[in-house]
Amino acid sequence: MFDQLDPVILARAQFAFTVSFHFIFPAFSIGLASFLMVLEALWLSTNKSLYLDLFRYWIKIFAVTFGMGVVSGIVLSYQFGTNWSVFSTKAGPVIGPLMAYEVLTAFFLEAGFLGVMLFGMQKVGKGLHFFATCMVALGTLISAFWIVSANSWMQTPVGFVINAKGQFVPAGSWLPIIFNPSFPYRLVHTVIAAYLTTALVVGAVGAWHLLRDRAHPHARKMFSMAMWMLALVTPIQILAGDQHGLNTLEHQPAKVLAMEGDYDPSPDGAPLVLFGLPSNRDAVVRYKIEVPKIGSLILKHDPDAPLPGLTDFPRDKWPAVPIVFWSFRIMVGLGFAMLGLGIWSLVARFRKRLYDWPWLHRLAVVMGPAGFVAVIAGWVTTEAGRQPYTVYGQLLTSQSHSPLAAPAVATSLAAFAVVYFSVFGAGTFYLLRLMARRPEQDESEPPHVPQRAAGITPAPGIYEGPIVGGADL
Amino acid sequence: MTYTFDLTAVWALIIAFAVFAYIVMDGFDLGIGILFPTFRVGEERDHAMNSIAPVWDGNETWLVLGGGGLFAAFPLAYAIILTATYPLMIAMLLGLVFRGVAFEFRWRHARHRPLWDAAFTIGSLVAALAQGITLGAILQGIQVQNDAYAGGWLDWLSPFSMLTGVSLVIGYALLGASWLIWKTDGETQHRARRLAFVLGIGTLVAMAAVSAATPFLHYDYWRRWFAMPGVLVTAQVPLLVLISAVVFFWSLRRGAERLPFLLALALFLLGFIGLGISMYPFVVPRAVTIWDAAAPEQSQIFMLVGAAIIVPVILAYTGWAYWVFRGKVGAHGYH
Repeated sequence: MFDQLDPVILARAQFAFTVSFHFIFPAFSIGLASFLMVLEALWLSTNKSLYLDLFRYWIKIFAVTFGMGVVSGIVLSYQFGTNWSVFSTKAGPVIGPLMAYEVLTAFFLEAGFLGVMLFGMQKVGKGLHFFATCMVALGTLISAFWIVSANSWMQTPVGFVINAKGQFVPAGSWLPIIFNPSFPYRLVHTVIAAYLTTALVVGAVGAWHLLRDRAHPHARKMFSMAMWMLALVTPIQILAGDQHGLNTLEHQPAKVLAMEGDYDPSPDGAPLVLFGLPSNRDAVVRYKIEVPKIGSLILKHDPDAPLPGLTDFPRDKWPAVPIVFWSFRIMVGLGFAMLGLGIWSLVARFRKRLYDWPWLHRLAVVMGPAGFVAVIAGWVTTEAGRQPYTVYGQLLTSQSHSPLAAPAVATSLAAFAVVYFSVFGAGTFYLLRLMARRPEQDESEPPHVPQRAAGITPAPGIYEGPIVGGADL
Repeated sequence: MTYTFDLTAVWALIIAFAVFAYIVMDGFDLGIGILFPTFRVGEERDHAMNSIAPVWDGNETWLVLGGGGLFAAFPLAYAIILTATYPLMIAMLLGLVFRGVAFEFRWRHARHRPLWDAAFTIGSLVAALAQGITLGAILQGIQVQNDAYAGGWLDWLSPFSMLTGVSLVIGYALLGASWLIWKTDGETQHRARRLAFVLGIGTLVAMAAVSAATPFLHYDYWRRWFAMPGVLVTAQVPLLVLISAVVFFWSLRRGAERLPFLLALALFLLGFIGLGISMYPFVVPRAVTIWDAAAPEQSQIFMLVGAAIIVPVILAYTGWAYWVFRGKVGAHGYH
């Protein structure tokens, strides 16, 4: 029954599914690791138990998220070989070392210190524990550095030559490969996105508990911290996104034209298409609502600047415009909604109503998952926009896949779908349960029943401070 | 001044080291997963789980280094092997998903715990079995044409690969049982000791069966192991296995706590050396050598600089993490 299906489409669907599912977790854990580092630093510097309570509350959520990120990430490191063997053979000499550096410099760092961060507070004392937290946070950022570098090289490949075997090999220095033209923009945009995603979740959890008890000190603190982050960082992200777009126009013009829905060239300045239904077949955007000249104003910072159209490019080199067009609008729309929430929180703070403005809190709850949606939409835009290539302009997707029959790929895709929805569905349920519970005074450490069942007492002197005496100790 | 220094062989050694580090470290924690149903619900299971909770993530990272390193240093081998063993790789990855999430999920909801304990066992079993079958599939040979896999998607399935699959499951279970002898006490330790005895016998039988079957797969293996004068070297491997086995059972009887684990590791190391004798310098036997599969020099040098600096640092802080959680998991508290 699967024989009519195209194995390339199936392999693409499988990669898109597994990578999208995976990225949900790091999008949250990159930001959460830094948030935990800040909380622990605040606890150590102020000695206020509130920060330790929040640290312990969020570290349980971090542990569940991180575990799901690890297992879904291992899948990806193998999927290049299983489903994209030709790509692996050809691009391996360039992409492989970047990913190997990610493993060496980031994954081991995170994994090595995670155990101490989760379970080691009483074993190593405060200072070393804080060090472990910092290493985990640093690991998440180093990981982002390498993987975004590898992805960016596929978008804007430079610094390579093609050898006799048809492989991409470094032409000389690795620096131009690592710091390829789109890398700095994509890295900044991705890391800020992770921070905003986390701020939205933390803000939503705080708001949820404020709606039940607006005097709750922990809920207030986390809501306030999240809203500062949102208010200050969303404008920076919009600016970073704009710069990233200009960079994409320079290196991957067809992608930007697909995002904008510009099939026809605009010699006197391109309009901004707000909405419409693009059709690749007829090369037209139907029912479109557009604002004249604004497209050029955004992309060229000049309303009259001419822009090409997709019809200037060979037809078989167009990405699937409807996907790119819509995913881009979802991302941008959510970005401005985040800006709105941030501005509202500033107004509320200025009027001293941050903690008792139920409609603000309701909006913050609704916006809780917005970061995840925006992040996935953004990646869909850039990855679908890279098509029909795996290595932009160099290697076609249709020439990158493994020699696998459709039934094998269809079966594995179905297995991934069933397992991911059930396992990560359960994980999401546990996360929501953890978030639905209010942080408490003397919040417990990550749950490891035997320790308490066995009646362990920590060695005296290792662990002191005003917080000792909690039920968990 | 130029050094004649075979970068590719160095990388083969590094990847072999990563794979062995993975087998050793994830071996014992997959083994605990496989043995999980033999432990009583409650404290015994919690102890077994908690003896690996702080380190499992690091252990599994060696698998990512093995895969990622192969991708980077030997892209052709990575592409051929992973495509040839496609269903096994997918099964292994899904198995690792189930067991990986079980570490956290089992604490999150008391009523769901039996479910995640089952996921932990089945996931560990499937992952171990898939790895063992993959080993057999590589040894028995992979059909390669024009630098690409040229077989079907079930070519890996054979009696020999099933034998290696079951063997690795038994071997991992032995590592898990002997790890628990080290890390637990009381009833859990007692049970682990009895399991280790049975599994020790099972592992030796499995090693003997795989060793006996391998030379019959292909004449090349026969020549490597039995031709003079090489046999004088290769014969040391079974001899050392025998010595390690004797010391292993003696240490079990004597009630030693660390020695059984270290000797189980020695058995694995000898098995791994045996594998090296059978395969070197091929990465896909009789089809692709490490030099055929190697990435260009610039890629290998770039990574070697990083590996030379970073791997020792990784070993240092991994060692530190193990040291922080040293001692018995039950009596002295772990978490």
